[in-house]
Amino acid sequence: MRYLLPLFAFLVLAVFLFVGLSLNPRQVPSPLIDKPAPEFQLYSLHEPDRIFSSKENIGKVWLLNVWASWCVACRDEHPLLVQLANSGIVPIYGLNYKDENTTAKQWLKHFGDPYIASVVDPDGAVGIDYGVYGVPETYVIDKQGIIRHKQIGPVTVDSLQNKIIPLIVELQKQT
Amino acid sequence: MKKFLVSFLYNSVRVCADGITLKRFSDVFFSSTAVMLVILFVMPSQSLAETEYKEAVPVAENPEIEKRMLALTEDLRCLVCQNESIAESRADFSNDMRRIIREQIKANKTDDEIIDFLVDRYGDFVLYNPPMKATTVLLWFGPLVFFILSTWFLVKFLKGRRQEIKEVTLSEAELKKAAVLLDESHAKVSGNQHKENDNLNERDNSSTRKQHQKTDVSVRENKGNNV
Repeated sequence: MRYLLPLFAFLVLAVFLFVGLSLNPRQVPSPLIDKPAPEFQLYSLHEPDRIFSSKENIGKVWLLNVWASWCVACRDEHPLLVQLANSGIVPIYGLNYKDENTTAKQWLKHFGDPYIASVVDPDGAVGIDYGVYGVPETYVIDKQGIIRHKQIGPVTVDSLQNKIIPLIVELQKQT
Repeated sequence: MKKFLVSFLYNSVRVCADGITLKRFSDVFFSSTAVMLVILFVMPSQSLAETEYKEAVPVAENPEIEKRMLALTEDLRCLVCQNESIAESRADFSNDMRRIIREQIKANKTDDEIIDFLVDRYGDFVLYNPPMKATTVLLWFGPLVFFILSTWFLVKFLKGRRQEIKEVTLSEAELKKAAVLLDESHAKVSGNQHKENDNLNERDNSSTRKQHQKTDVSVRENKGNNV
């Protein structure tokens, strides 16, 4: 008993510290999960005359990917997004965050364009409504227009296979 | 002028290098001083000529708004560089936040409204002062609970230690037994010592006395344990 108590206290402390150390401080839980996606009306990068409204996507599950040509990590995830778009599982929309239109277009030409439409958010106002703080970020939005998942940082094979795609499939089953 | 300076610099460096191999203090000292002087005087004047100076962008148009904004942002976390407040951080994110907060102050929003605006988007994580909630109860009261528990343990431990030392009253028979034991050990100790050191009677006596006391204590302890 005399030695068990300190040992027990140590083990409790060790477990707390171990869990604390293995947490990723970048993964800040978003308060927007399970809340309606903020509405926006923005013009699209390739068709400046066409104003895209986020309401248009009500009734389908879609991805909103926040990207920019100045964002290095976006290059890492981009081939995966192109693959996902080609698979036809889910429509992907882009939010071109604080970018120059000409460089953004060049970037898409060079790396491929997975987006149904990429809307332009030059001063980052819509990005701020979505709580964007580190590009790239990807939101899974359901048929009711509710945010179901937020991927902070680049999409990876692991996060796609284990989280995003299963979630999309499940959400598509709902009415 | 430039040529002269270059050759001067070159020579100084060479002498400097030579000086180090020759280990002549005066050479090393003068040549290294020359190199430093050249660096000091030539470099800034060249860069002065080459760079254009820009006016610093005024940070505060309205010092009152700036003051309120800074007071607010000091308690808000920059999500990009998480150990800096939005007031301190030069990250793009914090620039945006400061701009937005300035705009909202101009729009006559209250401090609470501005903080709610940020919490709605970035969660409680932006706040350096976490709000009291079901999930933060442990954070708020954990230290207090820990303090109370540890004080309780300490008091219990100290009391327990006081109780451990008890005066033991011995019965007649036990006293006799102890006396016999003491006599035995006394005889043994003094017997041995008499044989070995006849001359040291004085010291001998004192050491036996010590021995005596020791045995006394140990007997008492033994009894205590038995009880």
